[in-house]
Amino acid sequence: MSRDTLTGSRIRERRLIAGLRQANLARQVGISASYLNLIEHNRRRIGGKLLVDIAQVLGVEPSMLSEGAEAALIASLREAAADMGTVVADTDKADEFAGRFPGWAEVLATGHRRIASLERTIEILSDRLTHDPHLAASLHEVLSTATAIRATASILAEPGEIDPQWRNRFHRNLNEDSLRLAESSKSLVNYLDESDTGHDRRGSPQEEVEAYVSSFDHHFEALEDGSSDPDTLINEAKSLTSTAARQIAREILKQYVRDVQAMPLGQFQAALKFTGLEPLALAQEFNTDLASIFRRLATLPQGILPTEVGLVVCDASGSILFRKSVTGFALPRFGASCPHWPLFTALSRPMVPIRRRVSQLGRTTAAFDCLAIAWPVNLGGFGIDPLYHSIMLILPEPGEVEPSNEIQPVGSNCRVCPSQKCDARRVPSILSEGF
Amino acid sequence: MGRHVLLVEDEPNITEAIRFLLSRDGWTVNTHASGTDAVEVIRVARPDLVILDVMLPGKSGMDILRDLRDLDELNDMPVLMLTARGQMRDRDMAEKAGASRFMTKPFSNTEVLNAVRDLHAQASQS
Repeated sequence: MSRDTLTGSRIRERRLIAGLRQANLARQVGISASYLNLIEHNRRRIGGKLLVDIAQVLGVEPSMLSEGAEAALIASLREAAADMGTVVADTDKADEFAGRFPGWAEVLATGHRRIASLERTIEILSDRLTHDPHLAASLHEVLSTATAIRATASILAEPGEIDPQWRNRFHRNLNEDSLRLAESSKSLVNYLDESDTGHDRRGSPQEEVEAYVSSFDHHFEALEDGSSDPDTLINEAKSLTSTAARQIAREILKQYVRDVQAMPLGQFQAALKFTGLEPLALAQEFNTDLASIFRRLATLPQGILPTEVGLVVCDASGSILFRKSVTGFALPRFGASCPHWPLFTALSRPMVPIRRRVSQLGRTTAAFDCLAIAWPVNLGGFGIDPLYHSIMLILPEPGEVEPSNEIQPVGSNCRVCPSQKCDARRVPSILSEGF
Repeated sequence: MGRHVLLVEDEPNITEAIRFLLSRDGWTVNTHASGTDAVEVIRVARPDLVILDVMLPGKSGMDILRDLRDLDELNDMPVLMLTARGQMRDRDMAEKAGASRFMTKPFSNTEVLNAVRDLHAQASQS
């Protein structure tokens, strides 16, 4: 779509950011809500006085609506400014900048994203130097052996006689230590080689795995029909560059095989026809838990289910372990997510199935049916605290909906979330000021 | 003041070299290889000087040093710390924990001898 046909979308974005309801805005400019709805979906052209009126209510220049930049780009620019600590006076001109020089704005926004991903890499690397126990142990071993060799060798090198018994002992020690040094320095080099192979690293191992699994559309034919196994697949996977990613992917594929064994594709399809997309009924049918059903639903080949399905798995710290994204539902890549996600609600009520309809703030109002449950992944024994994982299935609802009390609004990431009143807010939004 | 050194170090060949070096210089050298009971061993042995490695099995040299300084009878014992990490942070930590002197591995034999002699001389004066 060319830029000028998106006036409606921009009006919608601005209206949502301003926290105005469609009906409210329509009344203020003297048109019906349904007509405004058509405009917002770019199904009616708009110009002249109406555009000026709407712009006035939304508090922006009319040109921002007719040829302005996209909200995502503006958000990126604002984020970039916020992170750089640039003077506030200029940040409120982000939309003007993005509107007048869209190409340059894109360059800046892309640069900012690149910086964020590089910063993360640096963080990981510096974490490794300070916290990696293997690296610390290796270095300690090398230095200790070098110390022993140096002390012993310099005793032997001194002029004058040393008792032959001592001398023999020191020679033996030297020999032992030099062997140890050779071994430990070799293993240190191997370790460094293995983790810094100079590949263009795609962020975290989880992201590498995510890219790998989605390249298969989350469906592994060869595991379904048993013609291959996880180890073989992983060995063939060129896109999994790091050992960590391979390990994670292997675990995921092993789980996949267990799920296939419990719920073979043919039987599962048959059961689906019988029960419909009802995870609880399916869980009863296969005598298994909801988490397995969610995973199985997310690994079906395309065309079996009427909708796309998304899946997110996290651990008790809220760190995302696995994601299958779904159109229109923004899952942040790094960093902390919105605690309003049913995924996290489930964590506070383990073993209780949670079902919520949610819509994402600041996006076109598509609603999602979210089903979540948290369950203990280990039961180590009495006196050992269980570790919980939480899993959420995301089912997009057809069509668009108006905000209502039955639909829970969720964000993706505090910094770019337009919600004005949110008890869960951790950091101020970069969107809330300036508009 | 006597010339009794207790060396707490888990690396046997370093222990052997230092023992040889100091014995030849006229010191009585006892050694101990574990961190866990090091404080008790030092308390019983009452050496004139302790050489203490930072990375020990069971208990770190920093913790041992802190415990020593908390004991009235041992809070002025000269302690020479050995570490395999020469970063400023380790040095700071050692100083805060009350190390009399700090030495980074790998060190030369002369450095060890000088450090031990210096510490001993300082302790004898006061």
